[in-house]
Amino acid sequence: MATSLGLAGVTLAACGSGGGSGGGEDVDEALSSVDVACEPYEEYGDLEGTSVSVYTSIVSPEDQAHIDAFIPFEDCTGVTVEYEGSRQFETQLPVRLESGNAPDMAYVPQPGLVERLVTDFPDSVFPVGEQAEANVDEYYNKSWKGYGTVDGTYYAAPLGANAKSFVWYSPGAFEENGYEVPETWDDLMALSEQIASDHPDAKPWCAGIESGNATGWPATDWLEDMMLRTAGPDVYDQWVEHEIPFNDPQVAEALDMAGQVLKDENMVNGGLGGVESIATTPFGEAGLPILDGSCFLHRQASFYQANWPEGTNVAEDGDVFAFYLPGNDTESQPLLGGGEFTLMFADRPEVQALQAYLASPEWSNAKAKVSPPGWVSANSGLDPANLKSPIDQLAYELLTDEATTFRFDGSDLMPAAVGTGSFWTGMTNWITGEDTQSVLDSIENSWD
Amino acid sequence: MEFLLNTGTPVEKFIVMGIAILLFVAVMAIVLFLTDRPRMPQWITVLAFLGPAAVLVVFGLVYPAIRTIINSFRSDNGQEWVALANYGDVFGNSALRLVLLNTVLWVVLVPLVSTAVGLVYAVLVDRTRFEKLAKTLVFLPMAISMVGASIIWKFVYDFKPTERPQTGLANQLLVWLGFDSQQFLLTWPWNTFFLIAVMVWIQSGFAMTILSASIKAIPDDIIEAAKLDGVTNWQMFRSVTVPSIRPAVVVVITTIAMATLKVFDIVFTMTGGNFDTSIVANEFYTRSFVRGEGGIGATLAVLLFVMVIPIVVYNVRQMKLAEEQR
Repeated sequence: MATSLGLAGVTLAACGSGGGSGGGEDVDEALSSVDVACEPYEEYGDLEGTSVSVYTSIVSPEDQAHIDAFIPFEDCTGVTVEYEGSRQFETQLPVRLESGNAPDMAYVPQPGLVERLVTDFPDSVFPVGEQAEANVDEYYNKSWKGYGTVDGTYYAAPLGANAKSFVWYSPGAFEENGYEVPETWDDLMALSEQIASDHPDAKPWCAGIESGNATGWPATDWLEDMMLRTAGPDVYDQWVEHEIPFNDPQVAEALDMAGQVLKDENMVNGGLGGVESIATTPFGEAGLPILDGSCFLHRQASFYQANWPEGTNVAEDGDVFAFYLPGNDTESQPLLGGGEFTLMFADRPEVQALQAYLASPEWSNAKAKVSPPGWVSANSGLDPANLKSPIDQLAYELLTDEATTFRFDGSDLMPAAVGTGSFWTGMTNWITGEDTQSVLDSIENSWD
Repeated sequence: MEFLLNTGTPVEKFIVMGIAILLFVAVMAIVLFLTDRPRMPQWITVLAFLGPAAVLVVFGLVYPAIRTIINSFRSDNGQEWVALANYGDVFGNSALRLVLLNTVLWVVLVPLVSTAVGLVYAVLVDRTRFEKLAKTLVFLPMAISMVGASIIWKFVYDFKPTERPQTGLANQLLVWLGFDSQQFLLTWPWNTFFLIAVMVWIQSGFAMTILSASIKAIPDDIIEAAKLDGVTNWQMFRSVTVPSIRPAVVVVITTIAMATLKVFDIVFTMTGGNFDTSIVANEFYTRSFVRGEGGIGATLAVLLFVMVIPIVVYNVRQMKLAEEQR
C-alpha cells in the first residue's frame, strides 16, 4: 500500500494545487483498506452535488494524505472537497479575506493566527457548528477547545496534533549500560550525571537549534517545557498571555533549569562540540550522535522520527526511541505540543458537515490509514493500531491520557514579533553566551 | 475559461504562457504598424515607444517606492501614523544599529577588496601563457548563483569538534596544521568578515574581467614610452596602468558597492542573520515577512534606498565625465 500511495503522490504532485478531490485509481486502491461504511455520515443529511473549498499551508507531498482522507466523506455524502495548499498560506489568507475571495474553510496551524483572523475579520469567520462542537466535546481533551475559542465564542476545531515533550535515546545503549528510562526530572538529571561520569569521551545530551532564519525555535520549546515543570500550567498560561512579564523571576528560573543541561559543558554537546555548537548545529542533525554513542539524550518532538537516516529502526526495541520528558514527580504529566485547526468562512450545511467530519473519529482513522509515519491527532476515537509508527502511538497515548496536562507551544500563541522573532533570537543569544536576565529583558522589551 | 485565472495542470500553465506571449507580440505588432508610417507626428512615435515602459516603471517601481516611504511612517500593521517612531526605533535599538554598522562594513570592504584583488590578478596574469585558464578560474564564481555560492561556503566553514572527522575545508586545514577547529560564523565581527570573503570571492571575477579589458586597451605607445624611460614594474603599475584605467576602476567599485548594499542571499543562507551578522537587506526581509513588523521593514527599505542614492549619483557623474573625455 505504501508503494501505491507513493506513486499516487508523484502523479498528483505533478498536477499542482488545483487538483480538487480527484484521486486516481491508485488512491482508490490505497483506500480500499479504509472502511467505507456510510452509517456515521447519514447525520450530515443530503448534500449531493455541493462542494467545499479548503485552503491550507500543507503542500505536496504531505497534502496527498489529506486529499485521500476526504474520500470516504465525499463518497458517502456526495460533497466534493476542493483542496488547495499554498506555501504563502499565512500571508495570502488575510489578503483573500480582505478581497472577498474567502475559501469555505482553512486549516490554521496556530491559535494565535485564529485569534488574529477573528479580530481582524469578524464578519468573515463563523463559529464551529453544533455537530462539530459535539464531536470536539466528546473526543477531545477540553484544553483543545480553549485554543479555538476567542472571547468566549468557539471558532476553531482541532485537526492534527503533535507532541513535543520527548527525549530521544538509544534503547540498546541504555540496556548495555544498565540505564533505566527516568520517571521524574530529578531522575533524568541524576541519569545525566551518571552518563557524564561513566562516559568521559561522550556527553549525556546533544542539541541543535540552527534552522535558517527560524534559528532558535528548538530552544524555545526547551524553555516552554521547563516552564510547565517549574512554574506549572497556570503560570504558563499567564506567561503566554503576557499577564506576567516575559522577564518574570519564574521564567528566569525555568530558563536556568534548561541551562542546567544546555549551558553546562559537562552535559552538552555530545559529538558536536561545546555549548556554542548548539547554535550552529542544524536541528535535524542534532540527535544523530546518539547513533554512534557520542551522545545519549536528545530532547525533540515526535516528528523528529523523520530525521533519522534511512534504515534506522524507530521502536522501543529498535535503534532509537523516545521517552516522555518527565515531570517533577510521577503524578504530574505536563505535555507540550502543537496542532492545526479548522476555521470556517461560510456556514453552508456542507461546510459545517465537513468541519464535523474532520473532528470525528472517522476522519482521524481514515487519515491515519493513508498517512505515512509522523502523523497523529488528539481524537480519543482514533484507533492507535492505525498509526504507522510506535512513536506516533506513544505520542497519541500521551495526548489522550487523562493524566496529561496539555499545553500548546507558547511561541505559536505569542504575537509574531515575539513568537517568531525576538523569542528565537533571544534564545540563540542565550546559547552563545548572553545571560538569562538580559535575554529575558530584551524579549520583554520587544513585546508591546 | 476559468482556468485562465486559476491554473492547475502544467498544460493549462503553458496555454496561459502561450496566450501571454501572443498578446505581447500582438501589442508590439500594433505599435510598430501604427508608428511605421511616414508623416506621423513625432510625439505619437515617442508616446508609443516610451508609454508602455513609463507605465510599467510607474506601477512597478514608483508606486511601490512611494507606498514603502508612506509605510515607513505608519505602525507595523499599517493602520496608524507614527511619524518618525520607526526611524527612532532603527537608530535607537542597539541590535538594529549593529545591522547598520555591519552594512557599512560590507559596503566599504567588499568593493575595495574585490577591486584590489581583481586588479592585481588582472595585472599578474596579463599576457602570460595561462592567461585564459587563470581568468576563467577567477570568473567562474560569477556564474554560480549567490545561494549556491553561500551553500558551498557554508560547507567550507562547517564546524566539527577537533577530534572528530571534519567536513569543512577551512577547519580541516586548521586541524592538519595542528590547531583546534573553529566556529567561523559565530563570533562578531569575525563572522561578518568571513561572510564578506564570500562576496569578495564572487565579485573579484567581475572586477578582474572589466579591469583586464581596460588594461589591454591602454595604447601600446604609452607603455613603450614608459619602458624607454626605464620604469620599474611597480612604477609602471602605479604611474601608467592605474591612472590609465581610472574610469574603469570607478565603475567597478561603484557597481560592486551597489550590488553589496542589496546583498541578501549570503547572509540569509549562511547564518539567517543570527549571531549579529544581519545586514539591512536581510533585516528588512525578516522584519517585514517573518515578524510582521511592516513599519520597521519599510523604514529599513527606505534607509537602503537613501544609502544607495549617493553611489548611483556618483556613478552616473563618472560615466558622463568619461563620455565627455572621449
